[in-house]
Amino acid sequence: MSTIFGIPAPALFGQILIGLINGSFYALLSLGLAVIFGLLRIINFAHGAQYMLGAFAAYLLLTYAGIGYWPSLILAPLLVGLLAVVIEKTMLSRLYGVDPLYGLLLTFGLALILEGLFRYWFGAAGQPYAAPQQLVGAYNLGFMFMPIYRGWVVIASLVVCIGTWLLIEKTRLGAYLRAATENATLVQAFGVNVPRLLTLTYGLGAALAAIAGVLAAPIYQVSPLMGTNIIIVVFAVVVVGGMGSILGAIITGYMLGVLEGLTKVFYPEASNIVIFVIMAIVLLVRPAGLFGREE
Amino acid sequence: MSNAPLLEVRGLNAWYGESHVLHGVDLDIREGETVTLLGRNGAGKTTTLRSIMGILRLREGAIRLRGEDILGLPLHKVAQAGIGYVPEERGIFASLNVSENLTLPPTVSKDGMSVEEIYELFPNLYERRSSQGTKLSGGEQQMLAIARVLRTGAKVILLDEPTEGLAPVIVQRIGDVLTALKKRGMTILLVEQNFRFARKVADRFYLMEDGRMVNAFPGHELDARMDELHEVLGV
Repeated sequence: MSTIFGIPAPALFGQILIGLINGSFYALLSLGLAVIFGLLRIINFAHGAQYMLGAFAAYLLLTYAGIGYWPSLILAPLLVGLLAVVIEKTMLSRLYGVDPLYGLLLTFGLALILEGLFRYWFGAAGQPYAAPQQLVGAYNLGFMFMPIYRGWVVIASLVVCIGTWLLIEKTRLGAYLRAATENATLVQAFGVNVPRLLTLTYGLGAALAAIAGVLAAPIYQVSPLMGTNIIIVVFAVVVVGGMGSILGAIITGYMLGVLEGLTKVFYPEASNIVIFVIMAIVLLVRPAGLFGREE
Repeated sequence: MSNAPLLEVRGLNAWYGESHVLHGVDLDIREGETVTLLGRNGAGKTTTLRSIMGILRLREGAIRLRGEDILGLPLHKVAQAGIGYVPEERGIFASLNVSENLTLPPTVSKDGMSVEEIYELFPNLYERRSSQGTKLSGGEQQMLAIARVLRTGAKVILLDEPTEGLAPVIVQRIGDVLTALKKRGMTILLVEQNFRFARKVADRFYLMEDGRMVNAFPGHELDARMDELHEVLGV
């Protein structure tokens, strides 16, 4: 069997694949956080809960309505996005004029409530969610076996990330969003309904988290605390990428996922902390993040 | 009704937090007129524009466009009602290229200039349409800021110190543009420190001091009033 740097190739590629999968979730989640932070200047602590809600929406749609994976991939983000729109309209929008700390506290409180509710209803143990028939099984790539579903997750998250990036960089709506991120008052003075743009943006960010949740459901179990576990790492990813940088969030997400996977091969003891070590180094050397602009 | 003002400001008071910055400002602009606000730094000229636009929200009094009060409107509805704003700092967006900057403000009527017409008027902008907005020179950024509101079909343009910090040849170019806009029947409220520039384009002047309108006179009286103005403006 071939080895690379003394590591069996299948083990190495296996960990890189796991890293890419984790990176896919980091990228999707930090992308949503970056979009929300860029425009609303709110650190959305409810992001992990919205990811969890996405997974639960898929699980509940299947269990109670018999609605399968593919429709859920559209429906769950819509539902979670809608809930986020209600939250923005009724609560977050009242906090725009005040210290950003209030937004952080509100979203943190909402996350605790949501996670508490689902723990009360479903217990802390995870619920299984089967991958769709079409994606069961594995490909033999020659050097390793790749589970089809995992390949799908990497591709789907890439498509969603690139799609979101194109939406922001290449469309009229995206131009409003970029301009409002720089100077919301002026954009509104030009006749753009900025309050509605803020609402839509929060909904979009939450929907991205929910897509990640549905994609994650067949890999990890659907559990009330799945968001809490991942969101801390995602915040580190956002800090490394640069708060508010869209492209930075995407690239850093995949990069750190793969790096974490590689660390598991070469120095497993450090794999849980490697992202935070990198965050600390980046904060020392480039406080605005790898892709962030100094303000 | 051609003598009724297009834009009418009555008893406008405004506050920055606790500090009372406009004291009962009255102002009329008829359709097709160019009116210039004069006054020292801090006299309240920019504040007047920001209050009309609705960027400054703490206001009392009346602001009527074609007889309809726009003071209570949310900020984005003021532009939709037909007022275009060119801020003093120009407000060119760094994350948008020139053509995105140009087409950013939604059109509010069918009377606006087409993008082709604008590029004809500002050939520089056409050449640099793919550049990042803030990579333009100061003069080009000012042209872009003006061009941006021409596209929307706004009825009244609020123009805040368009010549500030620009080279004489660019100032002249902006003067030509304003003259062209006047010919098209555009209504313009201009804040300007540069007399020589303002006298070419203004039909009437208002003089502000300490947040109050202290004088108003037609453009042809400017020369006769020079001594008085020098005293008030301290120039």
